[in-house]
Amino acid sequence: MKLKLPNPGLDDRIPSHEDLERMETEEAGDRPKWDNKAQYLLTCVGFCVGLGNVWRFPYLCQSHGGGAFMIPFLILLVLEGIPLLHLEFAIGQRLRKGSVGVWRAINPYLTGVGIASLLVSFLVGMYYNTIMAWIMWYLFNSFQDPLPWSQCPLNANSTGLVAECARSTTVDYFWYRETLNTSAAIDDSGGLQWWMVLALFAAWTLLYVCCIRGIETSGKAVYITSTLPYFVLTIFLIRGLTLKGSTEGIKYLFTPDVDELMNPQTWLDAGAQVFYSFSLAFGGLISFSSYNSVHNNCEQDAVLISIINGCTSVYSATVIYSIIGFRATQKFDECQGDNILHLINAFDYPETSITIDNYDQVLTSLNQTNPDIIQGLPLKTCDIQNLLSQGVEGTGLAFIVFTEAIIKMPVSPLWAVLFFIMLFCLGLSTMFGNIEGVVVPLQDLRVLPQTWPKEVFTGLTCLISFALGLIFTLRSGNYWLALFDNFAGSIPLLIIGFCEMFAVIYIYGIDRFNKDIEFMVGHKPNIFWQATWRVISPLLMIFILIFYFVTQVTKDLTYLVWDEEAASFPILEARPYPSWIYAIIFILAGIPSLAIPIFALFKFFQRKCCKDKSYKDHPVDTISAKIEMNGKAKF
Amino acid sequence: MLEKILLLLSLSLSVAEGLCKPGVGEAYKVRFSIKTALGDQAYPWNKNEMFLFRAALAFAMRDFTNGEEFGVSDIHPCNETQRVSFWFVVTRPNTMDLVDKGTVEMAIKKSRNRINGAFLLTDKTLEFDGIYPTLAAPVSPDTPPWLIVFGVVMGAVSVGIIALLVYPLVQRKLKKNMDADDEDSDEETGVKTAENGANDGIYNSTFSDDERFTQM
Repeated sequence: MKLKLPNPGLDDRIPSHEDLERMETEEAGDRPKWDNKAQYLLTCVGFCVGLGNVWRFPYLCQSHGGGAFMIPFLILLVLEGIPLLHLEFAIGQRLRKGSVGVWRAINPYLTGVGIASLLVSFLVGMYYNTIMAWIMWYLFNSFQDPLPWSQCPLNANSTGLVAECARSTTVDYFWYRETLNTSAAIDDSGGLQWWMVLALFAAWTLLYVCCIRGIETSGKAVYITSTLPYFVLTIFLIRGLTLKGSTEGIKYLFTPDVDELMNPQTWLDAGAQVFYSFSLAFGGLISFSSYNSVHNNCEQDAVLISIINGCTSVYSATVIYSIIGFRATQKFDECQGDNILHLINAFDYPETSITIDNYDQVLTSLNQTNPDIIQGLPLKTCDIQNLLSQGVEGTGLAFIVFTEAIIKMPVSPLWAVLFFIMLFCLGLSTMFGNIEGVVVPLQDLRVLPQTWPKEVFTGLTCLISFALGLIFTLRSGNYWLALFDNFAGSIPLLIIGFCEMFAVIYIYGIDRFNKDIEFMVGHKPNIFWQATWRVISPLLMIFILIFYFVTQVTKDLTYLVWDEEAASFPILEARPYPSWIYAIIFILAGIPSLAIPIFALFKFFQRKCCKDKSYKDHPVDTISAKIEMNGKAKF
Repeated sequence: MLEKILLLLSLSLSVAEGLCKPGVGEAYKVRFSIKTALGDQAYPWNKNEMFLFRAALAFAMRDFTNGEEFGVSDIHPCNETQRVSFWFVVTRPNTMDLVDKGTVEMAIKKSRNRINGAFLLTDKTLEFDGIYPTLAAPVSPDTPPWLIVFGVVMGAVSVGIIALLVYPLVQRKLKKNMDADDEDSDEETGVKTAENGANDGIYNSTFSDDERFTQM
């Protein structure tokens, strides 16, 4: 489709190819640069590979037909993820600005896209760093033996365990009571939990020290934060494979169920996962690639990073499920062991007479001979499939299921420390991208004086995010975080992603874009890129957006609460949100999305009512502006 | 004489056996799970182990009642099963009076660890039906360990922030000093006149490299 919308004045707003060559040869001192290609790749890999690869992808894989899920995932990775990634890299490298700068240069009416990216990065960064604070809390608590989540505390008169802990499990209690001290409803806010405030403070200051001067400092940090997770995953894989039951988990994960491919929800989830997993539409990737040299091969980078991201998802799913398999087998053995104990105690059989293998036969024969005694015994049905499918997503995976598996492993504190350091590194490298997506647009927007050093911008961002993030340290903080996760980081990103694609292909112009890439990389993008950019990816994005929107709007808005008085305790109960939450949801999802049309209108009125000031990149076109003064000569 | 003693003994034994009735009165049930606890190193249950049990319990009764001379013969087991579980009653020394359940319970609770230790078992693997073990409180140190790690991390982070903020200022100062030095050296390369204290002219080295014959 050779559709191109009119875009006057574009050449004045962007550097030409000659300008780019000139900037390449001389030192452009004020713009940061990568020290080497490895730093750039590690930063992008770190931004893309995050907590979602570890705790969202394995769950999706297992619940949507195991090995069969790879098919929609890979198809959508190639048709949606790689083209969008290439697009963001190329446009950032070409226009050499952060997200607001890029969209403003393409067309001032599109500034809203950059501002939407800024808002989304800010909101997501706020709650993502709270998860980092939780990870740090667990990490700090891992330096002791026995681990604090392996025991229940005693109740007030030391006659037994605390009721809440005895009815659920030690890991549940430690998470919901000792970490979150969660209340029973989102409107019951409770007070600030001081230990959580400390952990949040630690998370933000540590992020500040790494991001203090932008990529100058974070570029050094990524050497560790982007590589360490792979080492730890490998260590866990080796450890996991030597544990009993790990192969059960891996089999459960990858057993294909081809019928799931008929379910549209599978494709929707695969598409959404690819989109969010690549951290697209946050603006961070555009920023990072703008620090590259002009002739960097962004096409190769996009393909490479996509492959790494996909492989990491599969690898971490294998590791996670080997440990899950171990935990499920342990719990199954314990459950059966309890049943066997009840039987041999009731019938006074010798200890080794009933084992896990012959338990079923013995039970059936005893049920025929002494059914009344069997009825009186508290025998439980132990189902390993059920245990394998338990709560293996999100914070539940990391803080409940995995911690339970860790306390069953020998030398638990070591594994706990390794696991939480890995999660911390995964999250920290993603936060670098988030901060970049907030700070650079702030600088581009010129909201604050330009002379202020970057340290102040970063410091202000961290400080304000910390102050607003205190809401997550309330007793109801967990519910607020789930709300943010569901609404701030979903629909707005899809809308921004679609607008980005539309803007580059149809407003900037696919022909100009092709020529740019030919200038930068050396060859024109081939038919695959043309087809995906122009038709396939935008259509896919629209489909996913519409279906996502429809599913969100039609389902009842409920949230899961931890309530001791609920009937289903210790299983979380679904409760409807109070009515004022809808206003909050509108603010979270609506305001970033509406920023795009609102700013377009604002610019429109600004042009009409004020003097016609067209934005130009080169304000004065004189000879003296073009001659370079040699600052070294002294007279 | 010997026959009289034998008769008395057998009589007392039969009476004692009558005393120990499962589930009735002052009888307690005990359950041993030796294989669960010790695995390969499990010892077989036999009469000697039973003797040890009776001795351990007699010790517990003596310890609790502070001196009443309970003996092995005052502990009467019955209904031994393959599970390794049996009932027992305790009688007062030299009599057939049963000791009440409460006293036996408190005696066992007091010496639980000693009894467990004699058999290399734990509260879970040597169970007295109806006597629940007193729970050991989890060890809680004075300073929670997490605060220590938090302090270390915050210390490192603060040092990092201060270093990163101060470093460019220090660099700028050093540069200023270097610039000042440059200005001083400028004065030296300035025009040297007689007033400035130079007696000789400045040797201009530009032409010193010239050879006698210019190169082609």
